[in-house]
Amino acid sequence: MSKSKKNLLRIIICLVAFAVVFSCYLALEDKLPWWGWLMAFVVVYIGIGYDVLWKAARNIVRGQVFDENFLMCVATLGAFALGIYRGASGLDAEGFEEACAVLLFYQVGEWFQSYATGKSRKSIASLMDIRPDYANVKRGGSAVKVDPSDVDIGEDVVINPGEKVPLDGVVVRGSTALDTKALTGESLPREVSEGDEVISGCINLSTQIEVRASKKFYDSTASKILDLVENASSKKSKAENFITQFAKYYTPVVVIAALLLAVVPGAITGDWSTWVYRALSFLVVSCPCALVISIPLSFFAGLGAASKHGILVKGSNYLEKFNRANTFVFDKTGTLTKGNFAVVKIMPEHDAENVLRLAAVAEQGSSHPIARSIIETYGKAVETDYTLTAVAGAGVVAARNGDVICCGNDRLMAQNGIEYVKETGRGTVVYVAQNGKFVGSLLIADEIKEESRHVVGELNGMGCKTVMLTGDNEAIAASVAEEIGLTGYKASLLPQNKVEEVDGMLAEQGKRDVLCFVGDGINDAPVIMRSDVGIAMGGVGSDAAIEASDIVLMNDDLRALPLAKRVAKKTMAVVIQNIVFSVAVKIAILILSALGIANMWIAVFGDVGVAVLAILNAVRCLKINAESSARVPKSAV
Amino acid sequence: MTKTYRVHNLDCANCAAKMERALNKLDGVNSASVNFFAQKITVDADDPDAVMPAVKKACKKVEPDMEIVC
Repeated sequence: MSKSKKNLLRIIICLVAFAVVFSCYLALEDKLPWWGWLMAFVVVYIGIGYDVLWKAARNIVRGQVFDENFLMCVATLGAFALGIYRGASGLDAEGFEEACAVLLFYQVGEWFQSYATGKSRKSIASLMDIRPDYANVKRGGSAVKVDPSDVDIGEDVVINPGEKVPLDGVVVRGSTALDTKALTGESLPREVSEGDEVISGCINLSTQIEVRASKKFYDSTASKILDLVENASSKKSKAENFITQFAKYYTPVVVIAALLLAVVPGAITGDWSTWVYRALSFLVVSCPCALVISIPLSFFAGLGAASKHGILVKGSNYLEKFNRANTFVFDKTGTLTKGNFAVVKIMPEHDAENVLRLAAVAEQGSSHPIARSIIETYGKAVETDYTLTAVAGAGVVAARNGDVICCGNDRLMAQNGIEYVKETGRGTVVYVAQNGKFVGSLLIADEIKEESRHVVGELNGMGCKTVMLTGDNEAIAASVAEEIGLTGYKASLLPQNKVEEVDGMLAEQGKRDVLCFVGDGINDAPVIMRSDVGIAMGGVGSDAAIEASDIVLMNDDLRALPLAKRVAKKTMAVVIQNIVFSVAVKIAILILSALGIANMWIAVFGDVGVAVLAILNAVRCLKINAESSARVPKSAV
Repeated sequence: MTKTYRVHNLDCANCAAKMERALNKLDGVNSASVNFFAQKITVDADDPDAVMPAVKKACKKVEPDMEIVC
C-alpha cells in the first residue's frame, strides 16, 4: 500500500474514533470526570498526530524550530494544557475535542494537499514526457533492448510502431509517419522515409523503421529539451522570490505576534486562558504553505502548458516578463517570411504559362535562388537542347536554331534593344523576351508566411508595437510592412546594425516596457541575447538558437507567439490571485482570532483549506486553448 | 559545473524552499535550486561530487525522510 493510501486509511480510522468519542462526550459529559475524557481524547490525539509529534521533536533536536509540525504541536498541546488547567482549577474543562479536531483537520488538509500536488505534478510532467525509455539496437544480427544512453553513434536502432525515437539519427530503412506533437505542438504527423533525419522524442505511428544514430543520447533533441525544461524552474520569477522572502519572515513574525498576544493582554486582564487560546489559533495559521506551494506550481503548470504547444520557456522569470511584453521586434527573413524565393506574380503580355516556361528554359543551368524558384514554380521538364550564355550582372541568353530567349533584368533588355514594360514591386523583377520581342515579366520575392499577418494583427490588438528589421531596401521593407500590418520597420540594416537598432529601442523604452526579439536564431543570436526576451523560432535542431534565446518556438509557426502571450497572461493572473487570496485569508484569520471571533477550527481551515484551493487554482494554468479567442479573418489566411 | 540529482520523499514545498536556502549558504556551492515539482536538486559547484556529502547533510537536516539519488 502506498504511503498516501496508508495515511488516508489512518485518517479515516481516526475520524471514526474521534466521532465516537466526541458523541459520547456530548451525550455523557457528566458521567465521567474531566480527566477521564482527557484520557479518551489523548488516545485519539496520539493516533492521529503521532507522526506530527515525532517530526516536531526530531526537528527541534536538529535546530529547526519554526517548523509547521512543531507549531501544530504547540497549538494543540497548548489547547490540551488549557483544558487541563481549567479542569484542575474546577472550571468547565473544554478544549480537548478541539485539539483533536484541529490536528485531524490538519492531517486531512495535508493529505489532500499532497494528493493534489502529486496529481498536478504528474499531469504536468506527463506533458513533458518525451524521454525514451529504451532503444532496440541492432547488435550481432538481432535487436537488443538497451538503455538509450548505451547506444553509440553509427549503430542502427529499430523503432516499432508506438515506440519513441530514442536518439537523433537518419532513417536507413523503411518509411513511416512520426508524431512530433510532444516536441513541436504540431498535430499533423510528419512523413519520413530513407535518408530523412529524425529527432528523438517523436513517436513512430505506422511502420517499423531503422534509424542510424547520428548523436549520442545526451546530445539528442529529447535530452536537450528535457534539460531545458527541468532547469527552467531554477530561473525564478519576481513573484516566486517575493514568496520566498515572505515565507522567510512570515512564520517568525506570526509566532512572535502569538507570544505577545498571549502575554501582554493576558498580564493586563488576568484572563490568561482566553488570550492563550487566541494566541494558539495564531500558531495554526503560521505556515506559509499555501503560497509556497501554489506560486511555483502555477509557474510550473504555465511552463508545462506552453511546452505542450511546442513553446519552451527557459524560466518562470521569462514567462513573467513576456506577460508584460509590449514591443515585438521581428527579423524579416525566415521569421515573417519563409526565407525562400518564389514567383509571386507573373505579368505577361499574352500568355502567363509561356513566360514562365521560357524563363525556366533560360534559367535551367543556374543554381541562383532566383533561378531555382522559377524552375520550381514551373515544375515541368523543359527542353534541354538550348545553348545557355550567362551575361554577368544581367541575366541569361538561351539560343536554339535561331530561337533566342533573353531572361534577366532591365539591363539585359536594354542591351538587346528590346522594348519592355518596366515593373516595380516588392522583390526582384525578371524580364523575359523571345526573339527580340518582350513576352512578360516575373516578380520574385521572399514569400510572406501565411500566418504573419494574422499574428501581427493579434499582437497589435493586444496593444503591442510590432517592428520589422531587415537588410532589404526601403521599398521592399515598406511593402512587406504594409502587407503584414506592422506598426513600424527599419530597412537596409546590416547584421551589426540590428544590434544597434535594438539597443537604441531598449534605451528609449520605459522601465516597465519589455522588448521581445523574434528571429530564426541563425544569424541573430547577438540580438536575441541583447533583448529583454529573446525568442528563437524553429528550435528543433538548432543548438545556437536554443542556447541564446529565452523562449524557443519548436515549430516554425508564428502563431505560437500570441499563444505564449495568453499562457503568460493566464499564469500571471493565477499567480496574483493566489498571492492575494492566500495572504488576505491568512491576515483576516489572524485579525479575527486576535479579536476572538475565529476559533481554532477556522484557523486550521485558513492553513490547509487555502492551500488546497490555491493548488486547484494553479492547475487552471494548464488549460489554455490553442485557438485564439479572436476570429480569424478569412483574408488573413 | 552544474549537476542535477533526483530526490525521493520530498513532501513539502516549504521544506524545499528551506533546503534551497541552506544549500546556497554551503561552502563550495555557487548556486543551488530545489525543484519540488520535478523532485530534483540542481547544484552548481566547482566540484559537485565533492560537496555532495555536505549537500546531503544540509537537506537531511531540513527533511530527514528525503533521499538524494545519485
